Amino acid sequence: MSATGQPVAGRDGLAVLDAEEIRRSLTRIAHEILERTHGGDEVVLLGIPTRGVPLARRLAARIGEFEGLEVPCGSLDVTMHRDDLRLRPARALGRTELPPTGVDGKTVVLVDDVLYSGRTVRAALDALTDLGRPRTVQLAVLVDRGHRELPIRADYVGKNLPTSQREVVHVLLAEVDAQDAVMISDEGRSA
Amino acid sequence: MKRHLISAADLSRGDALLILDTAEELASLADRPIKKLPTLRGRTVVNLFFEDSTRTRISFEAAAKRLSADVINFSAKGSSVGKGESLKDTALTLEAMGADAVVIRHSASGAAHRLAGWVRGSVVNAGDGTHEHPTQALLDAFTIRRKLRHANGRGAGLDGIRVTIVGDVLHSRVARSNVLLLSTLGAEVTLAAPPTLLPLAVDTWPCAVSYDLDSELPKSDVVMMLRVQQERMTAAYFPSVREYSRRYGLDATRMARLPEHAIVMHPGPMNRGVEIAAEVADSPRSTIVEQVANGVTTRMAVLYLLLGGTEFPEVAA
Repeated sequence: MSATGQPVAGRDGLAVLDAEEIRRSLTRIAHEILERTHGGDEVVLLGIPTRGVPLARRLAARIGEFEGLEVPCGSLDVTMHRDDLRLRPARALGRTELPPTGVDGKTVVLVDDVLYSGRTVRAALDALTDLGRPRTVQLAVLVDRGHRELPIRADYVGKNLPTSQREVVHVLLAEVDAQDAVMISDEGRSA
Repeated sequence: MKRHLISAADLSRGDALLILDTAEELASLADRPIKKLPTLRGRTVVNLFFEDSTRTRISFEAAAKRLSADVINFSAKGSSVGKGESLKDTALTLEAMGADAVVIRHSASGAAHRLAGWVRGSVVNAGDGTHEHPTQALLDAFTIRRKLRHANGRGAGLDGIRVTIVGDVLHSRVARSNVLLLSTLGAEVTLAAPPTLLPLAVDTWPCAVSYDLDSELPKSDVVMMLRVQQERMTAAYFPSVREYSRRYGLDATRMARLPEHAIVMHPGPMNRGVEIAAEVADSPRSTIVEQVANGVTTRMAVLYLLLGGTEFPEVAA
């Protein structure tokens, strides 16, 4: 996941998705979710903070437009379940907010900005287990940049982005960063 | 954050807000089916209590267990070994057991500080003599923020909130920690106590002082009553309990002088009928029970932030 809202101007990097392309990707993912879940019945969208949360909200809005369906939407913080906590200073926690419907028996779609090692998703699956027992869990990401370290794959992908491990992918979203873009840069500002 | 939590003065405003915000997120855990997080699995927290305590020890124990740490309770009451020596020997034992954190309560001021020099793990001061009790101040600040700042107080300080701390300031580690922390967070603190129950150097504390409780009440958003610590009193600090209670006790008549939104706090244990009347303690304005619940949450936040990260937390901003 990219770091908090730094000003974008001046950061070296190549834009791989612009605002319009992000919009189209999300529209497609929203349609795919509807298709795969037979009309979005019993779907709960859970965004992983920070940028998964606005993405989940956008998907919920999109699904609402297409089907007139109000999809419950929430956030799932995975910090306390991460496997790399001891490698870094203790981090501030994000928010976990479940919709009132809960997750028991639902089709939970986890939403994140970038899928990389898969460790965040692993942590999210653990965090989710403590909150209830969904019928199925699926994963939607805006960017899949490869280099998986765990047997995890996404069900819905906005863009497959072949990267080298030296590169850094930043997803910028208007809700957090005042603009929509996906940037890729070479310098090792670690994720 | 520093590696240890010895004094509320160790905390910058940023540190304190990080703890309160973390506690705010952890508070939702209480409503979940599984009230446990795996974060401190494999870590050992030792509760080292040289002095009586119910709520603080249980609170730390619950906090550590909810984070999946292993908890060892060490109650050293009745030990016949000399104080300094026994503390050091105990420290060496803990060191050998590989404690990642030691929560210490001791009747000697400065005990936590001494211990920090002897062990490799983090030391959390759970009350040392009449010196400090920083986690109590944190849970009080957390309670104030939740009650007086609306719904999600994340990131907010206590700027402009007027807190009056009443009673036995001289013997109170809670008062000292609260004055330091609450003023760091921007609150305006006033101590209301008889001159005999104020420490000598109180003029160097970041707070105002008053001898007249009644004139302070109408301008207070928070009244924090302190326990009259008769077990620490070696001289006559006031003529009689009855007189103390008449001038500095909070009864229903006095409570009526408070602004409508004001809350009444007490760190416990209470002397009902001395510093606080039973009807006040049980009134809806009293946050005494909430303070206990918030204690677990706040201590979870402290343990997580001290132990959850890297082995070298000094690097942390």
